[in-house]
Amino acid sequence: MLTIATGNKAVAAAVKEVRPDVIAAYPITPQTEIVEQIAEYVTSGELDSRYIPVESEHSAMAACIGASITGARTFTATSSHGLLYMHEMVNWAAGARLPIVMANVNRAIGPGWNVWAEHTDAFQERDTGWLQVYVSTVQEAYDTTLMAFRIAEHADVILPVMVNLDGFLLSHSMQSLDTLNAGDFVPPLHLPHAIDVLNPAGYGTLTGPDEHFRFRWEIEKSMRRSRKVIAETERDFAERFGRSYGVAEEYRYEDADVVVIAMGTLGKEAEVAVDLLRNEGVNAGSLRIRWLRPFPDFDLSGREVVVIDRDYSFGFGGVIAQSLMARQRVDLYSVIAGLGGQEVTYDDIAGFVRDRRPGTELWFGVNGDV
Amino acid sequence: MYEIRIHSRGGQGGVTAARLLALAAFRDGKYATACPFYGAERRGAPVVSYVRIDDRPIRVYSQIRNPDLVVVLDPSVMEVVDVLHGLKRGGKVLMNGTTTEKLHGVPAFAVDLTGIALREKLVIAGSPILNTPVLGALAKMGIISVDSAKKAIQEMFSDERNVRAAEAAFQELVI
Amino acid sequence: MTEIPKEEFILKCTSACAGCPSTLILRYVLKAAGSDTVLVVPACCTSVIQGIYPNTAVNVPLYNVAFAAAAACASGMSEAFQKAGKKTNVIVYAGDGGTVDIGIQALSGAFERETDFLYICYDNEAYGNTGMQRSGSTPIGARTTTTPGGKVHAKKDLDAIVAAHNPSYLATACAAYPQDLFKKVQKALTLRGSKFIHVLAPCPPGWRFSSEMTVEMGKLAVRSGLWILYESEFGKVTINGPSKAAMIKPVPIEDYLSVQGRFKGIDRKAIDALKSQAEQRAKHLQKEAEGIC
Repeated sequence: MLTIATGNKAVAAAVKEVRPDVIAAYPITPQTEIVEQIAEYVTSGELDSRYIPVESEHSAMAACIGASITGARTFTATSSHGLLYMHEMVNWAAGARLPIVMANVNRAIGPGWNVWAEHTDAFQERDTGWLQVYVSTVQEAYDTTLMAFRIAEHADVILPVMVNLDGFLLSHSMQSLDTLNAGDFVPPLHLPHAIDVLNPAGYGTLTGPDEHFRFRWEIEKSMRRSRKVIAETERDFAERFGRSYGVAEEYRYEDADVVVIAMGTLGKEAEVAVDLLRNEGVNAGSLRIRWLRPFPDFDLSGREVVVIDRDYSFGFGGVIAQSLMARQRVDLYSVIAGLGGQEVTYDDIAGFVRDRRPGTELWFGVNGDV
Repeated sequence: MYEIRIHSRGGQGGVTAARLLALAAFRDGKYATACPFYGAERRGAPVVSYVRIDDRPIRVYSQIRNPDLVVVLDPSVMEVVDVLHGLKRGGKVLMNGTTTEKLHGVPAFAVDLTGIALREKLVIAGSPILNTPVLGALAKMGIISVDSAKKAIQEMFSDERNVRAAEAAFQELVI
Repeated sequence: MTEIPKEEFILKCTSACAGCPSTLILRYVLKAAGSDTVLVVPACCTSVIQGIYPNTAVNVPLYNVAFAAAAACASGMSEAFQKAGKKTNVIVYAGDGGTVDIGIQALSGAFERETDFLYICYDNEAYGNTGMQRSGSTPIGARTTTTPGGKVHAKKDLDAIVAAHNPSYLATACAAYPQDLFKKVQKALTLRGSKFIHVLAPCPPGWRFSSEMTVEMGKLAVRSGLWILYESEFGKVTINGPSKAAMIKPVPIEDYLSVQGRFKGIDRKAIDALKSQAEQRAKHLQKEAEGIC
């Protein structure tokens, strides 16, 4: 059905379509609209899920974990401080091999209080064993949330998936949305290690170094296998519903000499900058990274690269820029921009490209000598 | 791309007005986005919302700097905000009120949305509802069709007085 | 005498200390609960007692979860079982640290939501698993590794906190009275909503007494009136036999304190505080039992 919705409502609508058994969540700006909408679905009877209005995000994830280990399909949503507050359980969910799906509305971390978009919240959960995907439109938020359940629950993955959308910029933006009848696109969940009272087992028992190490390797293997599952899922989604996104979305990329790399809404805004630059005769293209984990492989050789990080690692730099440089030799201009919802326009992005200085780093708007 | 900036105060429904406008444009078969710029969500503080309408998918998320149209739901914000800031050459202003005399040198139109809301008894928690009547005025200005304006209001609100208020604004606005 | 099933759910391969009350308590809890039960265990002695992967000494599914998360995890589990139409018992088995300190927020939330589950706190009055550091449940005057001079603050009144949530069932029990414990677990599991049993777990290495004295120590706790056995079903309080007797003729609390290394050198002031706390508590419960308050 064609309608118009915010990013938050799109996520809630996708959740309704896959009908989780248990949803546990706690409100936080700018995510709140997701849990409000889900609570409304459940109250009106449109969605037959158990909705647990927990008292904290730590408990939200703990409740999802408790439900998930029984073999139930689970969902939660959070943002920023909420995500950090549940950090311990975020790790637990992945370590326990539970295919929980979580929407995270990206928001800066205090102090001071700042409710606007920044990716640093989710980046702090980067190494937990969750798959992470970043979306850029309302439709993509919907489609990706549907795909997230199928990917998380796939027998070759069985890991949690975090769907990230930019606070306010996307969570509260209204755009057109085509809601789907997903049919059997997301098959019923079969959790191989679900609790069975007829076959009792200990879960998460004391584990020695060798076994611990082996379990971590199992997670890594699943993470690597998930690339194929993501690709298959995208392919099937495209065949059924006619839309596809890829691990990264390319725009005028093929023949580009200089490539802008960004995530989320900045990745979309970059496309407009690319058009501007092309009109000026600059052979620009853009690449919007969708999947942060597993981290995609690109061959950037022979191109100049401008990376916009809406994140940072103190004493290290922009995480995407540094990650790309760790994987390949590339002439790269690193721009830190958009933190705490800083306004970054397509003109600004075009400016980053025009004034690029490969091998250096720009803190947009605040750069000074260190 | 046609870009609209809406000025209001928290609680007056500026954000909803933006959403209604985007929905109406969408029902006209256009692409549309409504992006509120959120500050602290408190009643009475000046609020800005943005609407973009285009024939092609919209990829811009940054704030509108050079609007084609500025809508002022609460003229009192003009004391603290330069509502004409960045207005495109040839851009227009739609104002809630009975006069445009404070706006010099730009094509400005006024319609008494507050009066219409009060007449229709569209008041919530003491505040007149401005976001539905303003759609009638925007239809009169040709931004959206009358039909889609009505559809958008009916999709979001069940109270028919909202449609009547929009109709009244359509009638009263002099172009 | 209540017939206690012969079936064992705690196998003879635990990693418990000699004389461990927690294992004893869990043994009777599971006898009462039966095989259609899942345990949720936050970090506590039972994390270790159950054995090391790939072995387990517990013959029902046992879900280990992070320290602060037990009640919330059980909430999710309980809802999921209900959604699937299953009547499986969900029982949290948590130590005092995971209950009165780090886990109290999740506990409060779960009870406020009237989660259908049974929460059992086995209380050895300190962080036993990490070598006896003070917890909010450590009594005044007790020495722990983080209160080497004796604890200066009183034991947190966990039962009053839980009672404030109006649970369907609230009881205390003690490792030394397994029959009483068994009956209470059975009764709790017949009721819907949030149930809570607070079980005193005299810990030989932690309290510093010899390991064959566990049951004796529990009995002294009850007979001295420092630990009162009672139950409250939908708010109606009943004081159980051994504590009724203790209220009439208690043994001196010094008899209980003097046999434990942790109270060595306890001063008069702390003893008086313990006494007056016990007396107030007894009075309060008696009034409640009589329906006066």
